[in-house]
Parts: sequence; structure tokens; C-alpha cells
Amino acid sequence: MPKLLTGAEIVFKCLEDQKVEHIFGYPGGAVLPIYDELKNHPSIKHILVRHEQGAGHAAEGYARSSGKPGVVLVTSGPGATNVVTALTDAYMDSVPLVCISGQVPTHLIGTDAFQECDTTGITRPCTKHNWLVKDINDLSKVMHEAFRVATTGRPGPVLIDIPKDIQFAKAKYKKPNKEKKLNGKSHNKFSQDQIDELVKLLSKAKKPIIYSGGGVINSGPKASQALREFVELTGFPITSTLQGLGAYPGDDNQFLGMLGMHGTYEANNAMHDCDLLINIGARFDDRITGKIDEFSPNSKKVHIDIDPSSINKIIKVDLAIVGDVTSVISKINKTIAKRKNGHSKSNKSNIAKWWEQIEKWREKDSLNFVNSDESIKPQHAVQRLYELTKNKDTYVTTEVGQHQMWAAQHYKFDKPNRWMTSGGLGTMGYGLPAAIGVQIAHPEKLVIDIAGEASVLMTMQEMSTAVQYNLPIKIFILNNQYMGMVRQWQELLHEKNYSESYSEALPDFMKMAEAYGCKGIKADNPNDLDDKIQEMIDYDGPVIFDCHVDPNENCFPMIPSGKPHNQMILGPNDQEENKIKGKGKALV
Amino acid sequence: MPKSKSAYSISTKKQKPDTYIFVVWVDNEAGVLARVVGLFSGRGYNIESLAVAEVDAVKNISRITIVTTGTPQVIDQIRLQLTKLVPVHKVAEFKREDKGVIFKEMALFKVVGKRNKIEKCLNACKKFNPVILDETKTSAVIQITALRREIDKMNKKLKPLGLISTSRTGAVAMTRGAKIFN
Repeated sequence: MPKLLTGAEIVFKCLEDQKVEHIFGYPGGAVLPIYDELKNHPSIKHILVRHEQGAGHAAEGYARSSGKPGVVLVTSGPGATNVVTALTDAYMDSVPLVCISGQVPTHLIGTDAFQECDTTGITRPCTKHNWLVKDINDLSKVMHEAFRVATTGRPGPVLIDIPKDIQFAKAKYKKPNKEKKLNGKSHNKFSQDQIDELVKLLSKAKKPIIYSGGGVINSGPKASQALREFVELTGFPITSTLQGLGAYPGDDNQFLGMLGMHGTYEANNAMHDCDLLINIGARFDDRITGKIDEFSPNSKKVHIDIDPSSINKIIKVDLAIVGDVTSVISKINKTIAKRKNGHSKSNKSNIAKWWEQIEKWREKDSLNFVNSDESIKPQHAVQRLYELTKNKDTYVTTEVGQHQMWAAQHYKFDKPNRWMTSGGLGTMGYGLPAAIGVQIAHPEKLVIDIAGEASVLMTMQEMSTAVQYNLPIKIFILNNQYMGMVRQWQELLHEKNYSESYSEALPDFMKMAEAYGCKGIKADNPNDLDDKIQEMIDYDGPVIFDCHVDPNENCFPMIPSGKPHNQMILGPNDQEENKIKGKGKALV
Repeated sequence: MPKSKSAYSISTKKQKPDTYIFVVWVDNEAGVLARVVGLFSGRGYNIESLAVAEVDAVKNISRITIVTTGTPQVIDQIRLQLTKLVPVHKVAEFKREDKGVIFKEMALFKVVGKRNKIEKCLNACKKFNPVILDETKTSAVIQITALRREIDKMNKKLKPLGLISTSRTGAVAMTRGAKIFN
């Protein structure tokens, strides 16, 4: 007869069988039995954070940079409520997380016990699924099921709530089930007919564009490989969403840059004017589409996505292919190759005119900015950071705001899983803990959080975690003393009424670095910038880099609200030329 | 049109909403109804009526019938979002006008009054299979099964005849003929 194990032992057995190496967490009364068991499992390392939100974001950074699910362990009540932001963030950006929370003993549930809250109720709308384990005999099954739900299909967060008495109770351990019970939810539902139809559309297109998203990253490195082959085979231009950056090399000539609200002129105009739009693993988010009625009005639209509910949610498409990006694109590539053997007719000549048009848009150089000798321009800072780190296989996380958009515009990624940013939820405070998770997954790599001073203060306490585990993360703060994106919108949309967007008191980040026990570097002169960045890169340990930048800089180009893709506001050079000044801005 | 100060786009033309009935087969486990109902409230969908009970005690399957309104695009989303829920096995939906599907609600009317008034009530309910579940000299509980709007109508009609309390279920649905939902 097999040995009976306690709930806490079963939790670790499951983690071991799921090949978990790291968990991010914070102890408390209702998870103490699990924490007590930690010492018996040397293959699993626990990272102690300073706030449960930090644990969640660190697990997200870990998951997004490694492709493995991130595991979070928190206590009941405030432990669970603090992790809600991170769970919601992971849900919006499709990041696989498994969150284990302690709960008060079953006989106290519903009595308003100390540190009790309705964790499964609170997290129901922000997880793919969650479980309250009330019977010890269900625990191993639920744990394995949780990993399956988090990692299959469109990935996402799950939560397992384990009451304290269940952690002590004993039961037999059950190994994970090999056969996958899919509950009728198979992920690859496409047929060869659909692929053939797409290939036909490809050969007829005169003005095609590929619009790829985070689904390509989530599908694994093979998907990026297949995407690159597909782009090469077709010769089509490609643009990417914020989450898709890195799936296709950012410095390649066929890449038009990011699209959407702060996307490039060429990418957005190509989206608007195209006759064939191929969405690969993106979801027609409102930051991408702009005005729905005038979104890409003359194109046939194809949508490849693993989640059937993404299809026709916002934009009606002509051809939907439901499946895993890797499988779908590989199939397309094979079909194209087969056809070419039959009659080697390429449609690259068909689209030569289209490329000419795109080159014209490119000449606008829409990411331009007026550089300065006196103050550091934030765009310049990101460009220098890119130039000095591009040969190092660098991992970049960000917070949320202007700095995030400048990072997306000016830092060029050429590999997937190197770019971790909060897109869907837009969580300020994401980048620093995410960098911790990335560094845990990739101890030898250079990990930089491109941050804003307002965002980074939201989770600054996690610097203490970085110091504890000697994680050499670099916090590169573009300090403009404003909530920059809020300030920009107030300038453009609210008659420069800068209501509460200026931080009148900011900490001295140099002293803060010293207080945390890491290195502080400050830069406020563009002439010193390169040396200072190099100093940051060369330092073996965590660094807070306080980069003082021009506080009045705006992030351009920009699609104003309620406008289609071809009505963008461009940067200062272009505004001078076209005399779009006060009046043009009022149109926003 | 006033200019937008929002960073979000303005909602534009709307399609006409229709009434649909959803039938959802789910694992009968704790919280499953909250998941289904939470999906509706969380995404701003409407629930006109709801009926739920276990239909297979061996496999632990419950059947939920939801009457909702929405544009075809919203109805598509409701189906796809429901299908994504882990405890959901199967989702079927049809328009209220669908001739291939029967759907019924049940109502209990409590009528208080003299014998002749109760007789009148029963008479008025004749078309809807009235059953007397309880009877005293001065009261009766009458059960009818009918369509939603028919029950609405009866509810009004019986008021002057002594109706003092109404209890009604949500609609339940079944396909006609030999075929079943799939």
C-alpha cells in the first residue's frame, strides 16, 4: 500500500513532477505547513519577495522569458488579494501562472475568520480557472489539472486555494495523468482547405501585410522560426503588436515596426491601405485598431488564433484559422513550398509597387525626435541603451507609460522571449519584479528594466529581493518627474491642465540605491550618458540608474482617439513642416 | 458630435439585439453557476431568465438554460466564452422564434377568494395545463406551464380575480423530434 502523504507534501510532489524549479512567494499563517515542507525539497528554490504583487509579476517575468509556467505561493486573505493585480495582468497578457494560496481551515470558511477572504470568488474573473480544495483526496488531481489548464490552449493564470487543515490531512499521491482529457476543447481545429484558401489569398494579394502578436511568442521559439520562414517565403511586410516584438527581428528590412496608437507611420498606413491583412496570434486590441468602422477598410482579413473567442470579437474576419501558431504557419509554409515546386510562380513581383509605397511612408521617419546637447532626450537614452547592449542577448522588461512606448519603438528585439511588458492591463510597477523573475530564469544574462520614476516606485520594495538573491538587474529609470503619459494626454486632450501628474517630492534614487544595498548611478548630461550606461552594464550586481530626461517630451507618433490608422499625429519635425500646432492638437 | 476627450474610441453604430436561449451542460461542482453568471455580468451580457438543475446524477452534469438578448456578434461571443470555461461540456443556442425548439416556463399562482373566483381563474388558465396543487375553502395554488409572455399575461389577468402571489421558474428548453442539441 502506498504511503500516505500530507497535503503539504503532496503540493511539493506535484511541483516536482511538474518540473518546477522556482517558486515566488511570501509566507503567512494559512500556508505555514507548506512552508514547513519546503526544506525537504532541495530541487525547488523559493524566492522571498517583499509584497505578493511582486511575487506575481516576478513569476510572470519568469514565465514569459522561459516559456515555463510561473509558480506563486501566498497566504490567505491579504496575501491572496495582493496577488490579484498580477493575476489579472497575466490573464490579460496570456501568461501561464499557477498560484497556490493558503486558506483558513475548512470548518472556519464562511465565518469571517482571521485573514479569511473569498479567494476563489475574488479571483474567478481574473483566472482561467480556480479551485478550492476541500477534500485532501482531490489535491493531487487538482494540482496537475491546474498546470494543464495554465499551460495549454491560450495560456493564463490559475489559482488553487488550499485550506490549512487540508495541508495537514493525509492522502495517497497520484501522479499526473498522461492522457489529456480535453473536455472537447482541442486546440488545433483547422483544416487543409483553410490553409489552401489562405495560400490562394496570398498569391492574389497586391498590398498584403502580416500583423503578428503575442500568440507567436506564446507558441514557443519554433513559432518565431516558422514566422520568419513565412515572411521570407512571401516577401510580405510585417508589423507587430507590443507583445509580439521579438518574434521577428526588429532590424530586418521587411519589419515595419510596431503598429497601433504609438506605432510607426509606415505600419499604420500599411494596415489602413492593405488588401490582405494576416493576423497571426494577435487580438485586435483597441490600442491597435483605433476607430473600428474605419479599420483597414479595403482588406480581406485572416485571423490565426488558438482561442476561438478571439475571432470576430472586435473585427469581423473573412477567414479564421483556429489553431496553435506553430502548427498553422508550418502547415502554410509546407503548402507554399509544395505549390512552388509545381509552378514556381512567386507573387513577389505583384507587391513591388506596395513596397515602393511603404518606402515612401518610411521616409517620414516617424520615430524621429529633436535631440539635444543640454538635456537627455528619453528616446536618445533608449537608443544608446540599445546600441550598447544589443550584442549581449539582453532581456528587457518595462513599467507602463511613455518610457514603455519609447522602449518598444527604439529598442529592437531579434529573439522571442526577450521583451516582457504589461500590455493588456497596463500595470505600473510590473517591470522591476518582472526583471527579478527573468534574472532567476536566466542568471547569466543581462536583464534591464526600462522604467519610469512613477511606475518603479509602486513596487520599489522588490529591490530588497534583488539584493537578497544578488540578482544583477539593472533598473534604468527615465526620470521626468511626471507621470509622463498622463501628462502627455493632459497636454493633448485636457488643455494642459496637469492635474496631479507631477510628483512634487521624489526620493533621491542614489540614496535609495545605497539604502537597499545596491549601486546607484545618476546621469543628467547627454555627453556622459554612454559612459554611465557602460558602467551600469559592467557592474556585477543590481543597479538603480537615475537618468534625468527632458520632462516635456511627448511620445509620437500617436493615433488620436476615435481616429483611423491613417490620421496620425507625427513628431515635432513633421509638426513644424505641416504647421499642425495648437489647432491640430485640439482635434485629438 | 462633441469631440471626444477620451483615449478610447467612441462606440458607433449598433446592431439590433434579439432574444436567444442558451443551453449549457456543466459539471455540477461548487461555484459553477457563479462562473457562468459571472461571465455574463463581467462582460456586460444580459440575463432575462435562468434555470438550472442536475440532469445526470451519475456523471454529475447540470443543465443551465439562460434566456438572453444580444446582437449576433454578442451571441457568438457568449457561446465562445462559455465554451472556454473549464467545467462547461457543451453549449447550444437558438433564437426564441426557432420552431424546432420547445421552451416552457412554469408558474405557481396563489389565489385567495371565493369559490367562483377561483373557478374563473382556473378557467382563464385552461390553455396552460392548470393543476391545482393546494386547495382550501378560500384559496388555491394553481400551477401552469406556458411561454414567458403568456405567463406575463395571466399574471395581469388574474390580479383582479384574487391573485396574491406568483412564483415562476426560468425557461427550460428541448428540441422537437428525435434529434437532440449537440
